[in-house]
Amino acid sequence: MLNVKNLTVAYDDTPVFSDVAVNFNAGKITGIIGPNGAGKSTLIKAILNLIKVRQGTVDYDGQSMKSVQKKVAYVEQRKDLDLTFPIDVFDLVLTGTYGKLGLFKSPGKAERQASLDALEQVSLTEFAKRQIGNLSGGQLQRVFVARAIVQRAEIIILDEPFVGIDLQSETAIMKILKQWRDENKTIIVIHHDLNKVTKYFDDLVILNHGIVDFGPAREVYNPKNIESAFSADLSSVLFQEKEGVQ
Amino acid sequence: MTSIIEFIHALGKYDFLQSALLTAVMVGIMSGIIGSFIILRGMSLMGDAISHAVLPGVAVAYMLGINILIGASVFGVLAALLIGFVASHSKIKTDTSIGVVFSAFYALGFILISMAESSTNLHHILFGNILAVSDSDIMTTAIVLGIVILFVVTFYKELLVTSFDETYAKTYGLNVQVIHYALMLILTLVTVSALQTVGIILVVAMLITPAATAFLWTDKLGIMLVLSAVVGVASSMTGLYFSYTFNWASGPAIVIVAALLFAISFVASPKQNFFKLKRSVAR
Repeated sequence: MLNVKNLTVAYDDTPVFSDVAVNFNAGKITGIIGPNGAGKSTLIKAILNLIKVRQGTVDYDGQSMKSVQKKVAYVEQRKDLDLTFPIDVFDLVLTGTYGKLGLFKSPGKAERQASLDALEQVSLTEFAKRQIGNLSGGQLQRVFVARAIVQRAEIIILDEPFVGIDLQSETAIMKILKQWRDENKTIIVIHHDLNKVTKYFDDLVILNHGIVDFGPAREVYNPKNIESAFSADLSSVLFQEKEGVQ
Repeated sequence: MTSIIEFIHALGKYDFLQSALLTAVMVGIMSGIIGSFIILRGMSLMGDAISHAVLPGVAVAYMLGINILIGASVFGVLAALLIGFVASHSKIKTDTSIGVVFSAFYALGFILISMAESSTNLHHILFGNILAVSDSDIMTTAIVLGIVILFVVTFYKELLVTSFDETYAKTYGLNVQVIHYALMLILTLVTVSALQTVGIILVVAMLITPAATAFLWTDKLGIMLVLSAVVGVASSMTGLYFSYTFNWASGPAIVIVAALLFAISFVASPKQNFFKLKRSVAR
């Protein structure tokens, strides 16, 4: 279990959130939702040790995140990357093996095979030699998921993986997430599309400059929580529609 | 054509020309390789800054009679650290921080050089004087070339991953700061070597232009490194030929050749696709 205890993060002197306490369970896909600027990306960056925290701790099964760094995979937002970089799909996936290799070791046969297998799992084998800028958004996202596969991590964190991608890629990625869940991994997904929340996630964290609520998605995703994290209007639209369908 | 034969003939005859050619080739290789990483990391301005910031180190080395590699390395790394410090401890953006720090170092270098005037020739430091390289210069350049190749071969995957995706490298625990400053240190060593061939002012051209040219032709980092070195060598050799034949300053001659190779690639490379691009814009 990934444990976040009274975590406070501030940029300059403005706290993004303070005293956040939340658990992420192994064998579950946990979604994080919240309005823009609620601190979703900040929370995962704090978990990943990418930013300094003002206060609080994050641990995984009682160990500090720093000591389990090699067990974590991170799938960042595609827009943060240089898509003109001279690297092809296969070599990008291969970078997933770097962490466990450590310094002074080059990827060998086993690493190459693992990368090929991962590409096959996301159905991109035929694109192995393609430069990454010549892929669709969905294909590129699957490439990053393939990199996470070869990392053989226990904790996988994805930042808005479904933004601007085709349905086929979304389904393919969801399939991988479910495989990871069946392997008892801890999967954390920042998500923006409220419609699919209960369909995709086992657990849900609702964030708005602090935890609004967290727990099993079906219980936590309710009009009251959505109203307090987003707005009463959004809440009534979402839940009326739902009742209408039923 | 006769002048090319003359040049080859002179190469056989004059030691100084052989030394110049050897130095030019070595500098072409190392600046092509390191330059590739500089442009891929979006650090062209940083390359320019470091190459200028070594000037006070060169002056101090002359004054104290120590190897200029040592003097230059100290000031090059100091400048890199200071740029990083100013940018991360204020709201000032990195490019602004670079502008402030490197111009200050450069200015300090001028003052120090003028104080040490008797023993150095500012003109040669600024524009390079490849026809006057000494045997010890060649040795130094060879050692730097060795360091560069060893560094890139050993840390190839770290250089690749931090250049492409620094955030990811951090998440698996790689110390990206160490890689950054190691690269800055290597960059200062390359700068000092390139001083002899193209001078401080044009070092940045040797770092960036061959790498940019290679970038236009390939989608593979490994190939880009080799191609960039080849372009660097071709520019250096051809530039040296022009320098010898027409009595041009070596630095500008080399840089103009590199720029021409870039211009040809810009128009002709299939990756750049200049003509198609133009057509589709016109449509």
